[in-house]
Amino acid sequence: MTGLITAVVLAVGLDAGMLEKIARGNQAERQGTISALAAAGDAAAVPVLRATLEGRLYAGPEGPVLIDDGGTLRDALTGAPAAPRDDLERVVINNRLRRTLEGALVVLSLSAAGREERLDAVRAMQRAPDPDVLPAVEAALTKEKDKEVREALLTTEAMLALSAPEAPRRTAAAQQLRRVPGVTSKRLLAQRLAVETDPAVKAALKEASESVEASLKRAEMVGLLFSGLSLGSVLLLAALGLAVTFGLMGVINMAHGELLMIGAYATWLVQTLFRRYLPGHFGWYLAVAVPASFLAAAAVGALLELTVVRKLYGRPLETLLATFGASLLLIQAVRSAFGAQNVEVANPDWMSGGITVLAGLVLPFNRIAILLFGSFVLLLVWVLLSRTRLGLWVRAVTQNRQRAAGLGVAAPRIDLLAFALGSGIAGLGGCALSQIGNVGPELGQGFIVDSFMVVVLGGVGQLAGTIAAAAGLGLANKALEPVAGAVLAKIVVLVFIILFIQRRPQGLFALRGRAADD
Amino acid sequence: MKSRKLASILSSVLCAALLGAPPARAADTIKVGILHSLSGTMAISETSLKDVALMTIDEINAKGGVLGKKLEPIVVDPASNWPLFAEKSRQLLTKDKVAVVFGCWTSVSRKSVLPVFEELNGLLFYPVQYEGEELSQNVFYTGAAPNQQAIPAVEYLMSKEGGGATRFFLLGTDYVYPRTTNKILRAFLKSKGIPESDIMETYTPFGHSDYQTIVAQIKAFGAGGHTAVISTINGDSNVPFYKELGNQGLKATDIPVVAFSVGEEELRGIDTKPLVGHLAAWNYFMSLKNKTNSAFIKRWKAYVKKNGLPGGDSRVTNDPMEATYVGMHMWAQAVQKAGSVKVDDVRKAMAGQTFAAPSGFTLKMDETNHHLWKPVLIGEVQGNGQFDVVWKTDQPVRAQPWSPFIAGNEKRAEK
Repeated sequence: MTGLITAVVLAVGLDAGMLEKIARGNQAERQGTISALAAAGDAAAVPVLRATLEGRLYAGPEGPVLIDDGGTLRDALTGAPAAPRDDLERVVINNRLRRTLEGALVVLSLSAAGREERLDAVRAMQRAPDPDVLPAVEAALTKEKDKEVREALLTTEAMLALSAPEAPRRTAAAQQLRRVPGVTSKRLLAQRLAVETDPAVKAALKEASESVEASLKRAEMVGLLFSGLSLGSVLLLAALGLAVTFGLMGVINMAHGELLMIGAYATWLVQTLFRRYLPGHFGWYLAVAVPASFLAAAAVGALLELTVVRKLYGRPLETLLATFGASLLLIQAVRSAFGAQNVEVANPDWMSGGITVLAGLVLPFNRIAILLFGSFVLLLVWVLLSRTRLGLWVRAVTQNRQRAAGLGVAAPRIDLLAFALGSGIAGLGGCALSQIGNVGPELGQGFIVDSFMVVVLGGVGQLAGTIAAAAGLGLANKALEPVAGAVLAKIVVLVFIILFIQRRPQGLFALRGRAADD
Repeated sequence: MKSRKLASILSSVLCAALLGAPPARAADTIKVGILHSLSGTMAISETSLKDVALMTIDEINAKGGVLGKKLEPIVVDPASNWPLFAEKSRQLLTKDKVAVVFGCWTSVSRKSVLPVFEELNGLLFYPVQYEGEELSQNVFYTGAAPNQQAIPAVEYLMSKEGGGATRFFLLGTDYVYPRTTNKILRAFLKSKGIPESDIMETYTPFGHSDYQTIVAQIKAFGAGGHTAVISTINGDSNVPFYKELGNQGLKATDIPVVAFSVGEEELRGIDTKPLVGHLAAWNYFMSLKNKTNSAFIKRWKAYVKKNGLPGGDSRVTNDPMEATYVGMHMWAQAVQKAGSVKVDDVRKAMAGQTFAAPSGFTLKMDETNHHLWKPVLIGEVQGNGQFDVVWKTDQPVRAQPWSPFIAGNEKRAEK
């Protein structure tokens, strides 16, 4: 019954000749047909256009054109189910046709029932306004009641009316565009400004252009700030574990990067298990991966402490060499166990995409998540170190080992716990890094220098210093990148750090009092 | 009695294990070196070239080998470490005494091994598209030269079908291939009347993973008119780059990105739905429909399954894999024709060799310039990680290793 109704509706608009051109015609014929369908406002053509855009339209050298409707093939014209054939090929489209199709679908959904749908359509239209749709926009404006959609329609109209023959219309258009700053507005205004002759319109255009420019600059600054903080949070996550093991305990742990790597591999393992056994709950795998990466790295860290680091307290050079050896061992172990190639860590669905906050500024969800996670881990470390008994003991042992032991603190046990804690935090960092970068056996190598840099720059033994250094390095890197390029930015930052450490070896935040005398 | 027999067997096995299995007598096999990074930043691209090389050796051996001898692969891992490439190639040529080496991806690794091959008169088959500006008697280039990939891709972007781009953002990894390619492209764009102000050039280090500001820069640059991005990013940096593109919502219908070092293999494991329509230019795509390609893919899938290679069903074929496959078959044909594996004889026999390639064309090794004639294809990424071909040449194109867009090249004679 439904099939029959669709059949009737479809047959009214799209005819066999048009379908033939879309499926088997040359580029010009396809372009023309789709534009004609859009201009005719033929809503019945939507399923076919959508299927073409989404790559669900199939055609053989001859015979009926079919649509893949969620697994069942249907005749594109009649809607009747059809049998699969060997000679069927997906109808291939290119970007130009994709643009035309998107445009046509947008025009056709201008009269859609849902408010959101109409709003989306108008917004999509603004990304690349096409003069051909002006009549459709004007027609929609006469009918539209919703305030927000009207506003959006007016903007679209303004974009198209910038080259209208009447001067007042052009001025009005420029004023309207001023209210919607964005890259499209900027481009259209600049294009018009270059050819405009009327002085009054020219002034309006110039004013609008400057205002849009200023908004874009603001958005750019916010974007830069965000990406700087985001890089800072990545550096912080990489360095926090080291701030405990090196900063507080004074262990030069060259295997720190590998603890990050182990956290990342733990995340990958959890993800793989979820994919195999709980595919329905894949979006939740991080909830398990976070504790798993902490525990895995903490366990490796504890083992490292018991077997290597413990024997070498107070002998930094030997510790450096021994942990460097341990790092090579860990890399090779992971390489043998999981292969030398990168493993794929998929983001959960809620982490892809982004949110538009300002004109032309999209903040990706995964970066926001990392920023929040970094703050969470920071809070965790701070609470553990300054608000718990374990933290008190750790600080006591690191400040004065003998006296703490004399007061009944089991120093060796505290060493073990503190080292495991620092390693576990590195594991959490690895879990976060797996969401934005590549996970391979050499993952840690890329972060070891950065981590030490952050801790040393911040001032050894200072959590606040670590935060300031991470954020500062992130911002400096991102501020320099657009000016100097990614390669040079890194060099400039390194040179700056060398100079800074020479002037101020104790770092940004120096310890005062007795502990500093060690 | 029984136990003594067992003991003797055991001891002989042990002996063999200790001394190394009795080597197949040297004369029985022809050794073939395989020099691809199996770890480090380039492993994402190069590992499957090693795999396909081993598959091709199996295939040739199954048909009886070359000159009645089996091929014996010697696989080494230069670990994305350029000086190590030179060391490993010296080891292959002097210690293992291989007849030929298949290897390298990045141009910096090729430049690193080149002096070794020239000094020891070795033979290298290089399977990846590159920047040209080189012609060694010791190398056969089975990937594309700029006129077989980069130039046609940019021409397509400037055409009406390609979106009529007038502004170009050149983005690459910081080493010789992207820098030289962009130098050629800059000169080419200039010859087409594109002003300097409409070209932007940016580089990132190997293994770079934070593309936030760069994607934002692309967006801002795109405000100036029809823009296209030409990406020569190499290795695993591509994964974070394409993820960032998707997350920031940069669509191909607004600003298309055409990549020269991204194929099916690099996109494996990335959600390509937000990337539909971004482009790549190659001389082969897995999605090509022809008999040779179907057979090639079938053989590859069977090989992956038989050897339990990681990735399993998700493994794909791509352009450099095809170039490796074609190169190795051509070498085998040339050895057969020359009747010897001596480099000087094989070099002579290589001229004019032809092979029916999975791209659907019969490719020819040029008589003089050591490069393959190749068809040029431009594909758009689809939601399933494959490419739809949207433009191609009718016939294979002859390579121009010395680009006419670099000053001084008009005087260089092709030997």
